[in-house]
Amino acid sequence: MIKFFKYFTIILTFFGLTISTAYSDPKKVGFIYIGPPGDHGWTYMHDQGRIHMENQLGGAVTSTYIEGVPENADAVRAIRKLASSGHDLIFTTSFNYMDQTLEVAKEFPNVMFEHATGYKRADNVSTYSARFYEGRTIIGHIAGHLTTTDTVGYIASFPIPEVVRGINAFYLAASKVNPGIKIKVIWAFTWYDPGKEADAANTLINQGADIIVQHTDTFAPCQAAEKAGVLAFGQASNQEEFCPNAHLTAIEDVWGPYYAARAQAVVDGTWSSTETWHGMDKGMVVMSPYNAKLMSADLIQEAINMEVAIKDGSLHPFAGPIYNQAGELVVPEGQNADDGMLAGMNFYVQGIDDELPQ
Amino acid sequence: MNYLEFIGFLQIVLIATTPVVFAGIGELVTEKSGVLNLGVEGMMLVGAVTAFVTLVITGSYLLAFLFSIFAGIFMSGLFAFLVLILMSNQVATGLSLTIFGIGLSSMIGKKYIGTPIDGLTPWYFVILSFLIVFLVGYFFYKTKSGLILRAVGESHTSAHALGYSVLKIRLLAILFGGSMCAFAGSYISICYAPMWQEGMIAGRGWIALALVVFSTWKPSRILIGAYIFGGTSIFQMHLQGKGFKFPHWVPFDDFFSSAPFFNMSPYLATMIVLVIISSNKLRIKLSAPACLTMPFYKGS
Repeated sequence: MIKFFKYFTIILTFFGLTISTAYSDPKKVGFIYIGPPGDHGWTYMHDQGRIHMENQLGGAVTSTYIEGVPENADAVRAIRKLASSGHDLIFTTSFNYMDQTLEVAKEFPNVMFEHATGYKRADNVSTYSARFYEGRTIIGHIAGHLTTTDTVGYIASFPIPEVVRGINAFYLAASKVNPGIKIKVIWAFTWYDPGKEADAANTLINQGADIIVQHTDTFAPCQAAEKAGVLAFGQASNQEEFCPNAHLTAIEDVWGPYYAARAQAVVDGTWSSTETWHGMDKGMVVMSPYNAKLMSADLIQEAINMEVAIKDGSLHPFAGPIYNQAGELVVPEGQNADDGMLAGMNFYVQGIDDELPQ
Repeated sequence: MNYLEFIGFLQIVLIATTPVVFAGIGELVTEKSGVLNLGVEGMMLVGAVTAFVTLVITGSYLLAFLFSIFAGIFMSGLFAFLVLILMSNQVATGLSLTIFGIGLSSMIGKKYIGTPIDGLTPWYFVILSFLIVFLVGYFFYKTKSGLILRAVGESHTSAHALGYSVLKIRLLAILFGGSMCAFAGSYISICYAPMWQEGMIAGRGWIALALVVFSTWKPSRILIGAYIFGGTSIFQMHLQGKGFKFPHWVPFDDFFSSAPFFNMSPYLATMIVLVIISSNKLRIKLSAPACLTMPFYKGS
């Protein structure tokens, strides 16, 4: 019977939206996913966080998710569906759900919302994000050491601050080690299309890149790098098993403890609208094990030292002086870029030989 | 672009375009018989997941492709039963086949997401795609059976009056279309991006459908259309990687040099050619199968 129910649910798939409901219980937590939980990237890590939350809180919460929700008006329908079906807390896990989340939040003042990587809040809308750029600093350092062609290929998704910040952090660290390093950026304008991501990786490798960095969600670029015999960094989760001879390390997103804490706050009735931006120090950003086959022991040690320095605050990825492409000083020497500048970052730093799409 | 880079570029284009050619030529045969199957995306997904799962379980590439073709025959057989026997609306049935395929493939593949496999070299399939387009063209225009299939698509009542079994011929055309779509899917999950991920076809089925209209139902033009689209999508990536910018004397050079414009260029190029083709209304009218989407029942 359970099996039948499972099949039935899947057949009810409507335009790629699947709803999976666990057993019923007091507090209901809903999630909106941009991709499928099986992408072994962004959505996968959010789903791991959801599972962690359920395990932590036991019977106090149940959770539901809708996967593959496009970042357009469809998102409003999906979020409203969760809000109107008795959910108490709803996590919307992609940047471009921002306005849709606020729109629905206005209609349901008693439902709590949490929007990932956004910056617009309301009384019942919190935002949360992780400082992924701290990880980008470390991979930039590694890439600066390991590139032999001085060319790094970077597959970017959309020109939003989160992605731009990643490119800048990566380049600042890489150029510190290797001032002649060049970074080639391909904007894929998708988070999720294994074929297109592989095409982009192959194009970059064809143009002489010997390290592939990605800010898209599947492990296709890493696989393409493995096939072509060049190096790559994983995205969002540890992807070493898919490309053991290319994978240097990955920046992992760890959402579980945050989800558990926020759900607990709803259960206790202490939830309030907040802005959370945690990094390595709080364990929200974690580096995957460094690949000892591809990196020297010294380089691994340097990377680990950088992790420690970022955690204790002695190393800031955006420490001044930082100039933009026009040569203007944006962060003076001795200062660090503040969170406001980081959150809205829409410029390339000096040295990146490309134009940022606006 | 130097010589080596150009060769590399061509390779990427060939690899990326091949699945759309397979799916497009399959759908073309189906439509030539007078049936519109909008389930291409769903059939590709089911084909992709079947091939992947078979490969993981048996370790045999041959079985993987075989089972994937069976899966395509199953999916399109379901469609054929609904539209030919029960005479349901082709557009609605095809759309639901896509939705069904999305769900079914996710269900079958749930346990296999993220299983690493060894990809297959794509070159035999690239050659095969050209061969199949040629064979379909030969079949349509040089053989009697091809003529009969086209006749069924143009006027099923006349074909019926001449004593041909309209439903049988349409069934075969639908099954061929389904198996080609599934094969395209298996190429994607085994050669192109060797992995299984939910929804990994990412809209290529819809591109294949558009290609059939683009080709004005002529097999050779499927290749032209597919390579205009595939070539532009890889070329724009190449330009982005090179940091290409239009010179300032070009009007709106900032806009044309931006990544969003580059990303829409494959669709734009296809649209422009489509507009040119459809500017001649007579040509479209003459080349579209006259009985497309019309149900056939013997009493009519």
